[in-house]
Amino acid sequence: MIPAIGLVLGIVIGVLLQPAVPAWLQPYLPIAVIAALDAVFGGVRAILDGIFSDKVFVVSFLSNVVVAAFIVFLGDKLGVGAQLSTGVVVVLGVRIFSNVAAIRRHLFDA
Amino acid sequence: MSSPGTEPQPPRDARHAWARLRRAGSPQPTRSNLLAALLAGALGFALIVQVRQTSVEGLENLREDELVRIFADVDQDGEQLAAEITNLEASLNLLRSQTTSEEAAQGAAQERLDSLEILAGTVEAQGPGIVLTIRDPLGGVKAPTILDAVEELRNAGAEAMQIGDVRIVANTWFTDAADGLSVSGTVIQPPYVLRAIGDSNTLAGAMEIPGGVTATVRRAGGDADVRITDEVTVDALLPLRTPQYAQPVPTESP
Repeated sequence: MIPAIGLVLGIVIGVLLQPAVPAWLQPYLPIAVIAALDAVFGGVRAILDGIFSDKVFVVSFLSNVVVAAFIVFLGDKLGVGAQLSTGVVVVLGVRIFSNVAAIRRHLFDA
Repeated sequence: MSSPGTEPQPPRDARHAWARLRRAGSPQPTRSNLLAALLAGALGFALIVQVRQTSVEGLENLREDELVRIFADVDQDGEQLAAEITNLEASLNLLRSQTTSEEAAQGAAQERLDSLEILAGTVEAQGPGIVLTIRDPLGGVKAPTILDAVEELRNAGAEAMQIGDVRIVANTWFTDAADGLSVSGTVIQPPYVLRAIGDSNTLAGAMEIPGGVTATVRRAGGDADVRITDEVTVDALLPLRTPQYAQPVPTESP
């Protein structure tokens, strides 16, 4: 419940402040957001599986974001930034879909 | 990276899952929970920021080939728009010149109409001219004398004339009546007042020439008086008659 409130609060703050993304962060932010979304869906799924742990959630969240950003950074340095970004987004998207499928199976038996 | 996802899951009781979700949703102000809330807040914040950034994204983080393509597109658009400007300016000029020539044609037509209306006697006219008053106490002034006077005035350049209350135009006729003069069927009695618009000195001179109108009237026992004025009003009107048989021959328009 509290994380949900935090999410809403973050969205509201973002809408109100309308900050500009610093230039050095621009390539990484989209991937980081996707990675964090993956972590959030994984967390919800873990709750339903009965194996949720706050600590695991926090660590997975942060490591997801950092690893995703690092992959993009590395890709940029190697000159394959665009392709690697696409790959990361595809992988994370597949994970999000499978997590959502598991959540759906838990909640609706379908 | 929270849970290992292996499918398919063993079927669980849906109500059980909802209860678990509710339990997880109940506020547990532990440190980890607050941290999770903070992370979730950061996620929402970043999400919105990125969405806004994408919606206002400019050209700065596009790749070179994309920039080249955009540049070529813009270039092409510019050329097209320049061509369009040229076309539109050309048609603007065309329309302007058409308007001008139409205005000129309209002005010419209006002038023509004015002069024809004055000639036909369907409008009032005013201008410098003379007022010729012929008094005829003895009844010696006959229609030919008046006709002479009118012809003399015409020769002298009179542009509009009226005698009494009758406009004098090309087909006006004069004849003697029992007690005066019949002008196109309207009987008028002396004194005859003839108003003519034109160069007043020329008109007056035409009346005064030896053996002219004044002399003729005097010989007939009458008296002709010419008054030069700057403002003669010819206000008698004739109805416009549309020609029944004569049709204008179409001329080639310029």
